[in-house]
Amino acid sequence: MAAEQPTPVMAGADQSRIHDIGYRGYDGPRLGRAYARRSLYSQSLRGSYGLGRSAKSKVLPMLLFAVMCVPAAIMVAVAVATKAHELPVHYTRYAIIMQAVISLFLASQAPQSVSRDLRFKTVPLYFSRPIETADYARAKFAALASALFLLTGVPLLVLYVGALLAKMGFAHQTKEFAQGLVSVALLSLLFAGLGLVIAAVTPRRGFGIAAVIAVMTISYGAVSTLQAIADTQGSSGAVPWIGLFSPVTLIDGVQSAFLGGSSAFPGGVGPSTGEGVVYAVVVLGLIAACYGLLVRRYRKVGL
Amino acid sequence: MVRITTVVPVTVIATESLSKRFPRVTALDRLSVDIGPGVTGLVGANGAGKSTLIKILLGLSPATEGRAEVLGLDVATKGAAIRERVGYMPEHDCLPPDVSATEFVVHMARMSGLPPAAARERTADTLRHVGLYEERYRPIGGYSTGMKQRVKLAQALVHDPKLVFLDEPTNGLDPVGRDEMLGLIRRVHTDFGISVLVTSHLLGELERTCDHVVVVDGGKLLRSSSTTDFTQNTTTLAIEVTDSDTHPDGTRAVREALRARGLDTHAEAGGLPGAGHILLLTATGDETYDLVRDVVADLGLGLVRMEQRRHHISEVFTSSDEQRKEAVGHGG
Repeated sequence: MAAEQPTPVMAGADQSRIHDIGYRGYDGPRLGRAYARRSLYSQSLRGSYGLGRSAKSKVLPMLLFAVMCVPAAIMVAVAVATKAHELPVHYTRYAIIMQAVISLFLASQAPQSVSRDLRFKTVPLYFSRPIETADYARAKFAALASALFLLTGVPLLVLYVGALLAKMGFAHQTKEFAQGLVSVALLSLLFAGLGLVIAAVTPRRGFGIAAVIAVMTISYGAVSTLQAIADTQGSSGAVPWIGLFSPVTLIDGVQSAFLGGSSAFPGGVGPSTGEGVVYAVVVLGLIAACYGLLVRRYRKVGL
Repeated sequence: MVRITTVVPVTVIATESLSKRFPRVTALDRLSVDIGPGVTGLVGANGAGKSTLIKILLGLSPATEGRAEVLGLDVATKGAAIRERVGYMPEHDCLPPDVSATEFVVHMARMSGLPPAAARERTADTLRHVGLYEERYRPIGGYSTGMKQRVKLAQALVHDPKLVFLDEPTNGLDPVGRDEMLGLIRRVHTDFGISVLVTSHLLGELERTCDHVVVVDGGKLLRSSSTTDFTQNTTTLAIEVTDSDTHPDGTRAVREALRARGLDTHAEAGGLPGAGHILLLTATGDETYDLVRDVVADLGLGLVRMEQRRHHISEVFTSSDEQRKEAVGHGG
């Protein structure tokens, strides 16, 4: 209401006098919870790629993003040059092949997203504002899942555009592209959930990074080793059930059962439709559980 | 410049037998207090229930029993609406070191619901008002404690709240930083028109800043009164003078001269270092200071010190009534 009215500044007065300028109130709109949640979402999503942060923190996510896209671009170039009728890799397989890159991205960005707020105790500043703990958890979850979706979806888009340029069958390619997108969407949600739950336990970023990498790679290594052993021992019936215990094989199972993907399981045989249902239920259950745990975690943090 | 508000609420915070019990401790015990607009100090030792009270008032922690209203809104049901109109500055560090003050405060303004353009404008204004200039573009990690405290204050004020909760804002500051922060807090009310609830475990520093002081101990209300009550009854001046050839016992000479001018000194300065050389008397206003200065000057003595004796919170706990009697008895 009050206009700015600068009071004269005494010459030679010490610095602390200068800010003695009239105060202006704020009568504009206050956009409330939903807006705050959206703002937190976009800030966190941008932050996942280092935007709005220091130049140093842009290096790793941007590099990983490039690493994800370059193979797709090469495949497309080869396919166009050789006038191939099929892409060398299925859309649904791409993310599985590049899983190490995705895990690295997750390991670096999940702690960045949540551990910092815990470590520097910024969380109370959020919760002393209109947003609630669930809003915070939802915004962070959605932001990291979106970041992962960009990371995994953009290479698919490159493949799709390339396939169309190479004049491959439009209907066929579109269907497979759509299946690929559904697959990476599930992967993004699952990975984001797991990464955030692990990272939100500890305010230490380094520990968070190590824990995420450990969970992702050790579980995958253990599961694929066990699957290989089970396969050579002739008990291939156990292979799909073992696959339930690592995030990557879970997604692999879901997509080979429902999304027309070819499995990376030993022998190339994914779960049957019945087993696939179990996979889908486990994936969705894990995503929901991660969200629940995250909300619970922040309810405790409070002020 | 005081902001003109059309509706001035009579009470900003009202609690009614507010209690908060945890399994093993009672943090608040039937606390009933009304707090009006202005700067209010909430004083209590560590663990007296100050932070618990702030949490309840922000609507973040349900009270075990009793009720509380902030700006006329019930904390149990209108938490979100309260948090939109209230600012909060925590006691602990809460700033990420790798972003600049501007980026951080803009983000916090948006978290309070300010549109992007308004958030940037208000951030620039608020940081200027708390005394941060060029350094606001540098990462917070390189700031001094005093500058960090200013950023914390700025994020609490950026959305132009009606009321701010400041939890121990002078913690960790040196005496100069302390005085600057207290001056700033005073201005938050006088210049910005924002009511303040400020906590501290030092009564002395709040006396000078606040209009009203609420003292809690063990979750109970010990005292709630305006600071004029406090200071007029209990402000004690400590005076130390030099001796001279004409007055080999300067202290005694001053005491007698003061008595002749109608001002009694306290019986003894128990506990203070060099007690024998320190005169204690009760200040009733500026004229007391003038009188002391004149008396000492007339006697040709040097005034080594004249300071307000900092009241420790324990004095209020142990004997607030006794002290008042003492003050009345000696100070007249």
